Parts: sequence; C-alpha cells; structure tokens
Amino acid sequence: MQAIRYEAPGTVDEAVRLMQADPGARVLAGGTDLLVQFRSGVRQPTAFIDVKRIPELVDITIDDQGLRLGAATPGAAICEHDELRRRWPGLAESVALIGSTQIQGRGSVGGNMCNASPAADTPCPLIVNRAECLIVGPQGQRTVAAEHFMSGPGQNVLTSGEFLAALVLPLPDALTADAYLRLTPRSEMDIAVVGAAVSVTLDATGVCTAARVALAAVAPTPILVPDAAQALIGTHVDAAALDRAAAAARAAARPIDDKRGTVAYRRQVAGVLTKRAAAIACERARGN
Amino acid sequence: MSSIRVETTINDEPAEFLCSGPDTLLTALRDTLGLTGTKEGCSTGDCGACSVLLDGRLVPACLVLAAEVQGRTVTTVEGIAARDALHPVQQAFLEGAALQCGICTPGFIVAAKALLDANPDPTEQEARYWLAGNLCRCTGYDKIIRAVLDAAAEMRKVTA
Repeated sequence: MQAIRYEAPGTVDEAVRLMQADPGARVLAGGTDLLVQFRSGVRQPTAFIDVKRIPELVDITIDDQGLRLGAATPGAAICEHDELRRRWPGLAESVALIGSTQIQGRGSVGGNMCNASPAADTPCPLIVNRAECLIVGPQGQRTVAAEHFMSGPGQNVLTSGEFLAALVLPLPDALTADAYLRLTPRSEMDIAVVGAAVSVTLDATGVCTAARVALAAVAPTPILVPDAAQALIGTHVDAAALDRAAAAARAAARPIDDKRGTVAYRRQVAGVLTKRAAAIACERARGN
Repeated sequence: MSSIRVETTINDEPAEFLCSGPDTLLTALRDTLGLTGTKEGCSTGDCGACSVLLDGRLVPACLVLAAEVQGRTVTTVEGIAARDALHPVQQAFLEGAALQCGICTPGFIVAAKALLDANPDPTEQEARYWLAGNLCRCTGYDKIIRAVLDAAAEMRKVTA
C-alpha cells in the first residue's frame, strides 16, 4: 500500500497543483471531521493537503469591502475577533456553539461548509449574511453563494482539484443585525435538532426593509426561506409579522424523523426559533 | 513508514521526531517521544483527554497530525508545572481530590490552565462551559470545577 502523504503548501497555487496532481488528496483544515472520518474508514485519502500554512487561508480581514474569512481559520480565532463579533454576532454565536473549546481550537467555518452536514451551525448565519464562497481550483477561481454551496448531506459543489479558500461577506448595512439560535437537548457538546438564522435591516422608523432567514437540520442542506423573510419586510416586526414568519418557516421545513427529533417536532421548532431569532436580530439592529 | 522529520518545540524545549503522514500528534507524543501524560480517550475529539496547547491554543492532540507541528510550539501536561512547584491548578486538583482514576486529569489540567490564562476570574458557569469538552466518568465534575475555581483564586492572590 502506498504511504499516505502529508503536504503543507505555503501558497494557494501550490495547494491547487498538489490537489490537481492527486485526485485522492483531501484538504486538511482543522481535521475535526476529516481525521475522524479517516480513522473510521469513511474516507481514505491518498494525501492530506494541510492548507493552514497558507496565510490567507487562516486570516480574518475586515475592511470597506466587508469580511474575508480564511476557510481554515479556527473557530476560536473567530470568537476572539472583537470586530467580527460586533458586526456579525449571529455568525460568532454559531461558531461558539460548535463542539467543545478544543474542537473550536481546530474546526473551521470552511470545513463546516465542506463537510455539509444538514445540521451544521455556521452555514445558516453565512447564508443570511449573503456570504460568497471563494473557490480555487485548476481553472482559477469562482464564487458560489453560501446557500448554493451544499448540494446534499455530505455533498458540496466542489469539483476535482477545487477547494474552498475563503468566505466573503459584505459589510452589513446600517440598522442591520443577525442572530442564530439552535435547539439541542444538551446545553453543550450537541448537534442541532433545528437551527435558525435571521438577518434584518430596519429603517429609522423601525420598519424592516430587508431580511433573510435560513434554517438548519430541516432539509438535506441548510435552506434559505424567502417567504419567512418576506413576512418580516415592510412590517415593524410585531407579533403578527413574527407569527407569519414562523408559519413560513414551518411550511418550508422538510425535516426527517430521526433520533434527534420527529418531523412534527422539528417543523414546530423551526417556527419558534425563526420567531425568536428574528426578535433578537431586530433588537440588535436597533442598536446598530 | 516514518518518513517525515519534524522539528518542533515541546514544553519549551526543542524536540525532533520522525512520523508518517497519518500519524497523530497524540501518537507521536506518547509512542515516539514517551510523553505519556497526554491520554488517549476517544480519539475522535469528543472527550478532551488528549488536550494539549498548540501555539497556545487548546486542541485535541488526536485531531492534529504529528507532521503539522513542524516549527510550532506544543505544551503538554508535562510542561505545566514550574521546575520546582506544581502549577496552582495541579495543586488544587490534589488538595481538592478532584480526580479518581486519573485518565481525564491531564486533559482537565491543560484545559483549565488555558482557561485561566485567558480568563483569570471565570464564573462557575464560564468554567463549566469551557471544560464541557473534557469528560470525566468518575467524579461527577463538582470537585473538578471547585478545584479550577480555587486555583483561579490562588493565582489571583499571587499576582495581586
């Protein structure tokens, strides 16, 4: 048997070349999914391409263009970033919910996207914040909206030789904020039964002028729910509007029955979390 | 097939070892370098027994490839004590009987040190959340949390 190689390229171009040269190679970021899958025999890569020596893969920059989050940046670095936390509190709270302190020391948002668990926590806040996935590969680079990156449980749109280099988020408008909530039976070290992210933009009179709602663990991939957003837009996000958004979230949910919850329970919770996350996002937006 | 040569810093001393691509840092520490203080629990990142600091950041050594630590700094439980005295967290675990079988203890010590480095005055809730990824199947956590908070108080006294 051929030995499994370890490579630590220092540039994106070098990583692309390594990925192109070996179709069995897998990108290693935090390893919190890949190394577990490797050891359980689910994945048998021919090489680990460790992208954490590429400076822009583990970097957080915020400028007038917005946020550029290197795909392999560990969650802990995101939680420690004051400006990121202030501008995207929902994204930061989704990261802080993942696994343990130890897992957050390794696991990355890019890895969370690529692993494409329907119950993943970070995709929904990325989706409501209009994140673009910056993908690099043999054909150069392309971007895909976060809501289109995952194509099924454990599946994403990356083709052979491609990898996710960064998540790029526009700066939020004035009076805009996000929030993320998930339901888990345990308060820590658990996986979402349902997750909901909401972003809202208000005008000076408190009327919602833009909104995005995304749900986790109620479909084969995280889903954007335009009808729930529509229920908030043009309103003062009052109780009636929140109820309509919750109804839209319930209608959009297509969950499965499994050990974490039933279809009926998940559908109900999708509505409740949408309502609560929208209320939190509004509260935050008023302060922005 | 140990084909990769790694030069790194472990517990403030230069170290070098050979490993193969899929070897974990946990394996290298325990089997190659003889640093058996770091324990293997689940090997899936769920239990915290193999917690170490990598460039100061708390990570599970079972989910780090050995080759990744080239040029980095690693701190294991063997590097927590000062030359002539236990770390206050270690002392508090002893005095508070915050361990039974001891398998989880090194992970708790390393994780608690990382907590107190970042937050010298954690609330009980903050300590419990920070240590939620360290599993103990003997003690029921109460003595552990009390020991960590006692150590924090002791360390604040020293620096005050």
